Amino acid sequence: MGGSAALLVQEPPPAILTRPAPGTWQHHHVLDLDDFSTDEIELVMETAGVMKEVLARPIPRIPTLRGTTIITVFYEASTRTRSSFELAGKALGADVINITSSGSSITKGESVVDTVLTLQAVGADILVMRHSHSGAPYLAARNTRAGVINAGDGWHAHPSQALLDLFTIRSHLGDVRGRKVVIIGDITHSRVARSNIWGLTTMGAHVVVCGPPTLLPVGLEGPRGSEDGREAALPPVEVETNVDRAIKDADVVMTLRLQLERMQSGLVPSIREYCNLWQVTSKRLATAKPGALVLHPGPVNEGVEISLDVAHGAQSVIEEQVANGVAVRMALLYLISRGRG
Amino acid sequence: MPETTIMSSEDVRRAIMRIAHEIVENNHGCQDLVFIGMQTRGVPLAERIAQGIAEFEGETVPVGSLDIGLYRDDLPDVGLSIEIKPSDIPTDIAGKRLVLVDDVLYTGRSIRAALDALIDYGRPQRIQLAVLVDRGHRELPIRPDYVGKNIPTSRRDDVQVRLLETDGGDGVALIAESR
Repeated sequence: MGGSAALLVQEPPPAILTRPAPGTWQHHHVLDLDDFSTDEIELVMETAGVMKEVLARPIPRIPTLRGTTIITVFYEASTRTRSSFELAGKALGADVINITSSGSSITKGESVVDTVLTLQAVGADILVMRHSHSGAPYLAARNTRAGVINAGDGWHAHPSQALLDLFTIRSHLGDVRGRKVVIIGDITHSRVARSNIWGLTTMGAHVVVCGPPTLLPVGLEGPRGSEDGREAALPPVEVETNVDRAIKDADVVMTLRLQLERMQSGLVPSIREYCNLWQVTSKRLATAKPGALVLHPGPVNEGVEISLDVAHGAQSVIEEQVANGVAVRMALLYLISRGRG
Repeated sequence: MPETTIMSSEDVRRAIMRIAHEIVENNHGCQDLVFIGMQTRGVPLAERIAQGIAEFEGETVPVGSLDIGLYRDDLPDVGLSIEIKPSDIPTDIAGKRLVLVDDVLYTGRSIRAALDALIDYGRPQRIQLAVLVDRGHRELPIRPDYVGKNIPTSRRDDVQVRLLETDGGDGVALIAESR
């Protein structure tokens, strides 16, 4: 058995290339978008469209999840995400209970695992969890029969936000394939950015991330398995520190909230400097494609990452994002409860 | 599996025309009429009935569509094999005389689901039911007001309605299940 043919060892393909058969839904949980195929994301989009019609009715209620118990467990504060999930569950006819850490035995030191087991014993069919530590919803999912939806874990993932952002973009632009989507802000600390990177690249968009170099993760643009390896888990995206180059000819401008704490840790010298260099103003927005959409996950620091006139301007779809959030979350709740048959 | 043609394309055409006339007769005209087609084949049927009425009566009856995927009572069993589509109810149905249109009436559970869905849209004056085929075996107290053809069937049989708009041709076939 000789032969000089070199054996080419191929790197395993990135997760975005694995596809379950069309028409199938593989998820008992929704923890991140890194294991969603284009077909599954399309299914969420279609289902959310149906749910949007339901929400437009005089009585926006359907009996589909009657008898299902949904419990939201938020270890971090939230206005829009929590109320969005609650309204989504109620619109589907489910029973929804909200637990926040301050009002529960979590203040007595009860662990995530114990909380999740208790809620399962109480009858939870679906848990919606937000936690400040990345991975907490994965721990919950391993310890319960209930379906778990990640409503935001640390800096890691916020899948329902990325899906509603995608839904909003598609409702204006149709397909995102080939479209230039720029994400501007504190990428390092943003679970919204990471989930959007997954969702948008899976659907074929051209993603550019932009922000202060101190707030851009290392290794984002490199080949997979780059030396540093810290962000090797994300699909490669274009990285740009100059916001004018990033925004030029963009179809979508997604801005992220700058947490003012970043100033304290020395990652950004001052708000004024951030605004000068990265704030999305009407002048900068004018260099994007005409009619380019402006998104923000909220809450918006007006006058910081985005100017007031842009936030409230004609190209801003920020309020639509919130409205679409209920429809997209209804779709997720429906799909994970109906997918196991 | 042996397939028998129960209705030819001409039979389907005549049945639709007769149903259209019966609806107008029974409702003493077209005042406040709204047709709601049940996804999928009820929709083209409703449109054809409305078109027939436009031809002989000169009146336009609005046609909407209803998807009852989210109202089924058997969801845990059928899971995701059911494709749900958006419903489109074109006008306010309060005070209107609705006619639900479907291709086959069998157990009656789809109609029950449709009634639940419609009540959420408003309070119609009345709801009637028009079906192309009634195959018997009702499991709920539901009855049609207008029927194209009554077909006695066994539970093991399958009744397939085919329409030009959805299947490329018109006809109704009975497929006897051999066990």
